[in-house]
Amino acid sequence: MSVYINADTKVIVQGITGETALFHTKQMLEYGTKIVAGVTPGKGGQVIEGVPVFNTVQEAVDATGANVSVIYVPAPFAADAIMEGVEADLDMTICITEHIPVLDMIEVKRYMEGKKTRLVGPNCPGVITADECKIGIMPGYIHTKGHVGVVSRSGTLTYEAVHQLTQAGIGQTTAVGIGGDPVNGTNFIDVLEEFNNDPETYAVVMIGEIGGTAEEEAAEWIKANMTKPVVGFIGGQTAPPGKRMGHAGAIISGGKGTASEKIKAMNEAGIEVAPTPSVIGETLIKVLKEKGLYEQCKTH
Amino acid sequence: MNIHEYQGKEILRQYGVAVPDGKVAFSPDEAVKVAKELGSNVIVVKAQIHAGGRGKAGGVKIAKNLDEVRAYAKELLGKILVTHQTGPEGKEVKRLYIEEGSDIKKEYYLSFIVDRATSRVTLMGSEEGGMDIEEVAERTPEKIFKEVIDPLTGLLPFQARRMAFNMNIPTKLVNKAAKLMLGLYEAFVEKDASILEINPLVVTGNDEVVALDAKFNFDSNGLYRHKDIVELRDYDEEDAKEIEASKYDLSYISLDGNIGCMVNGAGLAMATMDTISYYGGRPANFLDVGGGATAEKVTEAFKIILSDTNVKGIFVNIFGGIMKCDVIAEGVIAAAKEVGLEVPLVVRLEGTNVELGKELLNASGLNIVAADSMADGAEKIVELVG
Repeated sequence: MSVYINADTKVIVQGITGETALFHTKQMLEYGTKIVAGVTPGKGGQVIEGVPVFNTVQEAVDATGANVSVIYVPAPFAADAIMEGVEADLDMTICITEHIPVLDMIEVKRYMEGKKTRLVGPNCPGVITADECKIGIMPGYIHTKGHVGVVSRSGTLTYEAVHQLTQAGIGQTTAVGIGGDPVNGTNFIDVLEEFNNDPETYAVVMIGEIGGTAEEEAAEWIKANMTKPVVGFIGGQTAPPGKRMGHAGAIISGGKGTASEKIKAMNEAGIEVAPTPSVIGETLIKVLKEKGLYEQCKTH
Repeated sequence: MNIHEYQGKEILRQYGVAVPDGKVAFSPDEAVKVAKELGSNVIVVKAQIHAGGRGKAGGVKIAKNLDEVRAYAKELLGKILVTHQTGPEGKEVKRLYIEEGSDIKKEYYLSFIVDRATSRVTLMGSEEGGMDIEEVAERTPEKIFKEVIDPLTGLLPFQARRMAFNMNIPTKLVNKAAKLMLGLYEAFVEKDASILEINPLVVTGNDEVVALDAKFNFDSNGLYRHKDIVELRDYDEEDAKEIEASKYDLSYISLDGNIGCMVNGAGLAMATMDTISYYGGRPANFLDVGGGATAEKVTEAFKIILSDTNVKGIFVNIFGGIMKCDVIAEGVIAAAKEVGLEVPLVVRLEGTNVELGKELLNASGLNIVAADSMADGAEKIVELVG
């Protein structure tokens, strides 16, 4: 078991003919992801890397039975691409594209209300279930199959955490990058709920960063609902207030969104927070040992 | 992206929002000329910098005649204004806004923001105008009202009226205030703003509802569709290195330490700064080279880091995903050869094409200290910088 995606997931690549999309389509195919279709308007009928290309998402779904899409479409057209995936009733669409205007995302969220599709991202690394299905841009080789779920607002910091876990012999079920934008599809609580219900996931690593209050809300949810241990990290502990640290969402403003507030909320919810990013793995191992879960989580 | 008050008011005029008459001035002579044209008994001389708190810092002066206008203009131009938002180094005043005085009966607060929790644009208002809204939120939170806006309909007239009533705007002026709010929302959405704050909004002696200040912040991701807004950018208000970086789509923030950082991904970049600090070092910058960086972009990033004379060492921390390690290596090598590398360089590579990247660096003949992990790299660069 795992969350969101697995070996049976059939994937459409939206914007497959772009340079980045092509590179990562190859990487995903190499990993074993079942990529069944690509979509680029006007390029229908082509075959790229053995993958048939369609003009619309609906055509691709009808022809292949795909249930998830990944979006590499440039920012000015990405909101439209998300809504096309939603309209085709996909289970999930994962948007890698960064720099989508926030007002476009507000429209997308409104459009999605009452519809079936789950959006992950935008501006995210994607979702990977180790050894089964990799959807996005994360390097596949750092992941190992196991029993720890990972959820994060940051792409590369997710890789950092996963890499540490794998090196320490702790495998993962699924790693979900929810993205660094202020308005996005899937939040921490959505993913935590999935991990909580997944029998194969024994513990969770949650990586947040400064800005907003998503970590505080997640901490509250964990305190009330989570039956599995959670270990955390917050990026930007030394960032000065008022300066936007790359991610549109990562800014301390009006005294809100500081790392110390988030760490405090997480600690109060019983989440052990790693003091530096380099000891996320160590911190998890410590907690797993305390809970008697270490032997079950060890992969070698 | 931020703009000046006078530019913000110019935009608001286009949307039918009432603002006092006024014009920008770059010299005392110009200030006097504008004041003459305005022909008002009371003239307000306002320093234009990209920071709030100008009034409290002495950046807003009330002149009763043209001599006073000239005197205040002379005093303010070239002055370093230190407000709670500028930091201790302050900001030099290079532009003034010369505006007719307003007969203020009462001050209010209005703003539009993107609210993450609801994924909606939200209108906030209060009868406690003219002061820091955070202060109001702390002392009298019951006096702050919110209207969550559906993007399909936009701000609805009844919502605007409800806000005006909640703010205790005099009943006979509620429709005027509501019309102003609708204009503000239109401006916010059409220009891809992320913040629009009117503090204060005022009711005047002759029963007008007027935006006395205008603070716009624009979503940088939306700027590609607003050439008119991009043209308002004032480079004097920004750090030279940050301007250079933005030309290459690099996300760069100047900090006051001495260890230059080049990282991919904002989260990892922040975490790298945190780790350097943990080992007792001080980062000179935040730099995210982004996902689709080319070798040329990496070279430019390297040059920008080295142009900071405080930099005594550089830590490159890359975990390749969409960014490939060999591209980073090529860029680093090209930059080091082009500008000459005189400070220690620690490189940590991991992820997509890592072996290729490491081979390139090894073959380059450059004096590069390799690191096995982020912690190892941070420790090494802190030690080398001393």
